[in-house]
Amino acid sequence: MALPIYADKLERAWHFTYKVICTAVFIFLIAPIIVVIPLSFNVEPYFTFTTKMLTLDPEGFSLRWYDNLLTLGITDVEGVRDSTWWADVWANASWVKAAKNSIIVGFFATILATTLGTIAALGLSRPEMPYRKLIMAILISPMIVPIIITATGLFFFYSATCVSPDSTIGSLLAPILSYRGCLANTYFGVILAHATLGIPFVIITVTATLVGFDQSLPRAAASLGATPRQTFFMVILPLILPGVVSGGLFAFVTSFDEVVAVLFIAGPEQQTIPRQMWNGIREAISPSILAVATILVIISIGLLTTVELLRRRTERLRGVTPS
Amino acid sequence: MTHADQPDQGQEPELLRTADGLLLQTALNRVSRRAKIKAFLLVLPLLAFILVSFVAPIGQMLLRSVNNDQFYSNMPELTLWFADKEFGVEPDEMAFTALAADLTFAAKERTAGSVGTRVNYDLPGSRSLFTSAARKAKGLNPPFKDAFIKINKDWVDPELWAAMHAASATYTSSFYLAAVDRKRDTDGSIIQVDENRRIYVQLFWRTLWLSGLIAVLCLLLGFPVAHLLATLPMRKASLLMILVLLPFWTSLLVRTTAWMVILQGQGVFNNILVSLGIVADDNRFELMYNQTGSIVAMTHILLPFMILPLYSVMRTIPPSYARAARSLGATSWTTFRRIYLPQTIPGIGAGGLLVFILAVGYYITPALVGGASGQLISNQIAFHMQDSLNWSMASALAAILLAAVLVLYWLYDRLIGIDNMKLG
Amino acid sequence: MRKLLILSTALTTVGFAASAEQVTVMSWGGAYGVSQVEAYNKPFTAATGIPSTMVDSDNPATPIKAMVEAGNVTIDVADVELSDAIRLCDEGMLEVIDHAALPDGADGTPALEDFVDGALMSECAVANIVWSTVFAYDTTKTSGVKSLADFYDLAKYPGKRGLRKGAKANLEMALMADGVPAAGVYDLLATEAGVARAFAKLDTIKSDVVWWEAGAQPPQLLADGEVVMTTAYNGRIFNAAVGEGKPFEIVWDGQIMDFDLFVIPKGTPNKDAAMKYVAFATGTQPLADQARYISYGPARKSSAPFVGKFKDDKTDMGPQMPTAAANLSNALANDFAFWADRDTELSERFNSWLLSN
Repeated sequence: MALPIYADKLERAWHFTYKVICTAVFIFLIAPIIVVIPLSFNVEPYFTFTTKMLTLDPEGFSLRWYDNLLTLGITDVEGVRDSTWWADVWANASWVKAAKNSIIVGFFATILATTLGTIAALGLSRPEMPYRKLIMAILISPMIVPIIITATGLFFFYSATCVSPDSTIGSLLAPILSYRGCLANTYFGVILAHATLGIPFVIITVTATLVGFDQSLPRAAASLGATPRQTFFMVILPLILPGVVSGGLFAFVTSFDEVVAVLFIAGPEQQTIPRQMWNGIREAISPSILAVATILVIISIGLLTTVELLRRRTERLRGVTPS
Repeated sequence: MTHADQPDQGQEPELLRTADGLLLQTALNRVSRRAKIKAFLLVLPLLAFILVSFVAPIGQMLLRSVNNDQFYSNMPELTLWFADKEFGVEPDEMAFTALAADLTFAAKERTAGSVGTRVNYDLPGSRSLFTSAARKAKGLNPPFKDAFIKINKDWVDPELWAAMHAASATYTSSFYLAAVDRKRDTDGSIIQVDENRRIYVQLFWRTLWLSGLIAVLCLLLGFPVAHLLATLPMRKASLLMILVLLPFWTSLLVRTTAWMVILQGQGVFNNILVSLGIVADDNRFELMYNQTGSIVAMTHILLPFMILPLYSVMRTIPPSYARAARSLGATSWTTFRRIYLPQTIPGIGAGGLLVFILAVGYYITPALVGGASGQLISNQIAFHMQDSLNWSMASALAAILLAAVLVLYWLYDRLIGIDNMKLG
Repeated sequence: MRKLLILSTALTTVGFAASAEQVTVMSWGGAYGVSQVEAYNKPFTAATGIPSTMVDSDNPATPIKAMVEAGNVTIDVADVELSDAIRLCDEGMLEVIDHAALPDGADGTPALEDFVDGALMSECAVANIVWSTVFAYDTTKTSGVKSLADFYDLAKYPGKRGLRKGAKANLEMALMADGVPAAGVYDLLATEAGVARAFAKLDTIKSDVVWWEAGAQPPQLLADGEVVMTTAYNGRIFNAAVGEGKPFEIVWDGQIMDFDLFVIPKGTPNKDAAMKYVAFATGTQPLADQARYISYGPARKSSAPFVGKFKDDKTDMGPQMPTAAANLSNALANDFAFWADRDTELSERFNSWLLSN
């Protein structure tokens, strides 16, 4: 913001202060995220800057914590790094397992949330939608209700919701339920929980995209003989796709970052990255956490860039859509 | 009477009909009803999903806050004795006979611990009465009252019998009472618990007060930044916006870890101050494991939720208003106070409420950096879920927190509208 | 339904469905968890072919009860303290373990005689180690600390203190610091006046305490300089001091000794494998091997001759054990009966005390 030419001395001073304040807030926002990166290369196993690091002595830095991410939990830590060693890492290393779990859960939860959420958003954006406000409020509520309450409710619900493994449905569902036929401690349960938590984000982003959506376009398509299916895939979806994808990304990040529900409803088989981090921060002394944090920061930079590009695309598309 | 009932009276103009003879009004109604159903059918799968995977579990949990079967399903005889007694009736020999029978059974089934735990919720210090009596229950002989007095004279304590009476009911309000530091006296009246056990009311206030403080801090820090972003040219603003969005997209645990690294006694912040000579090495600031830790880390984590709504409102305020005010002779302060600030109120409301709602339910960050004084009500819910295993108490606390959050949510909807919630 | 099927197929193909026999062990994490993986889990899997997983917890006794009550048991073996083992066994949360079926000692002594006194106290548990709660300080920050009274002397030794966030051990140590001899602690604590006195003593340092929950935290708090003294599990301090060269010193005055025992939660899906694991891990050799990684004493007498040096092959483990004669001058054995009965009540009271101003 440029200062008007008629500004007096006091205003100039204030304007300077204002800029200093803004800079300070920006530093406050970004510094904590930057600070973990050098610390993840610390030789010492503690969360502090050593004198060697501060003097930029190469001896103060190492990749040991990144290496640790591969070796934690495998049988032969010191072994020769041949193909069997790497196979061991892939199958047994705690962080690798956690990463796989996070990706599996995140992927399916995102698919579920995005599909259901997008279809619902289409309904919610129609002017005819009855009880719109109330339904919208219910659908957004998983974002508002404290996670500890949701997790507590799911803990009881998942422990009690069981089908007998001997029944027809039970045997059919056996691969996705626990040995007792319950939702607790299953991938399926965690996926359902994470989908629930991700849905509000999909609803918000997709309905926002649909605000500028020209409702006469599907009608035009229908009048030209398109089936509802064709209308959806060939007219509606391409236009709202950026919104759907960013909604999906939000849902994925929500799942990828979620720890409380996992603490309550997941078993040892479903350890995710945040769960492993939680363990690490509270229990085992290891700056491997900072190495993971650094990797996660890089991932979030990637996701942020994608969403920004998508948002710009929507705005561009908005420009050519008559409204 | 509607027009449809008397179409031929001719006093009004001819009613419009569709090609197949239907009244236009009816046809339109039908079409709009069909459109309504179609729209609703699109939403239905998700609504059903949320109702089953979210609303039902929470409802089921709420039931647990008024229903705890640890006592009455393990102590059937005594429960039966209590069933037709007034509150506060003195236990007779019958009662003690029932108690002996139940405890013998409990010892065999290994449920005396559960029973004792349940009564202990209402009368702290009574659990060991049950476990130790259960161990001796088999060898008890009538008259049972004297036998129990011999084990421990607390067995004739009216408070104990009041607590057992309360626990024998299928539905109880005692967990809600306990959640607001109240209990039932032996005569059934509601009184405050002992002074050194009053913790929850204080904790609820602390949660609200800290959340409010964090919302205000976010506003103070977020306002100038949002204003800067809204008034800078688009290109520059998008660049700076990244500094707001990156934290928003970064994992909560990563950010909390980062604050632990920064705030601890030997952490980055203190190290810098010491090396600059601002504080002495042995006199470092205590910024973590206390309220300060919770406040700083939560303000950082929630700040983007304040900046983004503020920014989107400020973006729409035309700069010409301020210029007009200045040209009419207003000082810059007056212009800000009378012209600019009022127009940002919707953004302040949206951001402030959102931050407040999210802060009230925070768990992870206070658990890691809050120490004892920085704990919020969510941490206590987790404590009762995972450590004390008093699940009914956890549910009661959760219900109260949920009620508070829903009121705020309703307020948000009334003032801002859920539809206007924006992300990034 | 179709979606479910697709999902289920997908998950099965990825290979994450429940598989054959395996053992999931829940223990206390950190250096102790590592010692168990090295001494028990790896040899167990090598000997039996049954895969074993280690899961960390602040205190494995707590999740057991939650799991069994919710009908949702995900671990097969847990490592708990004696009072918790007795309490959980009383409450029907644990499987009964046939002690006679445990293997004989390496010298041929039958299992029932080979274990030290109290190690087989509960019919649901088998002890593996003797450990103790001690306090330790950073020798670069302070020196001359001798007794528990010094721990509570903020004037003489200023600085933050670390304490475990719980009633057990803290109450006893508070009384001992207040001048109660070890022998009289539990008699006093059985009275309301004794409990009040312990809390009153804790009050004197309350505002200077950093509370820890996981056993790995105290050495971290010392290393970070967050505290100058902290209570801790003796093995964790030993590993940080000897294993990682940290300037930490253990004060054995007023140490509280306890057993850690293996228990099997009721309703585990892998009961047989769990029994095999417990029998294997509490054998003479694994118990002796365990002492190679951390300074906890084996619960079998026949293991003693095999206890040698730390994994660095330099440090003698004998004097580092809680049971070494030099460390026993003012030691207290944890009264398991007291805590089995009173833990719930005193924990609740502790929690109220902690939250009130």
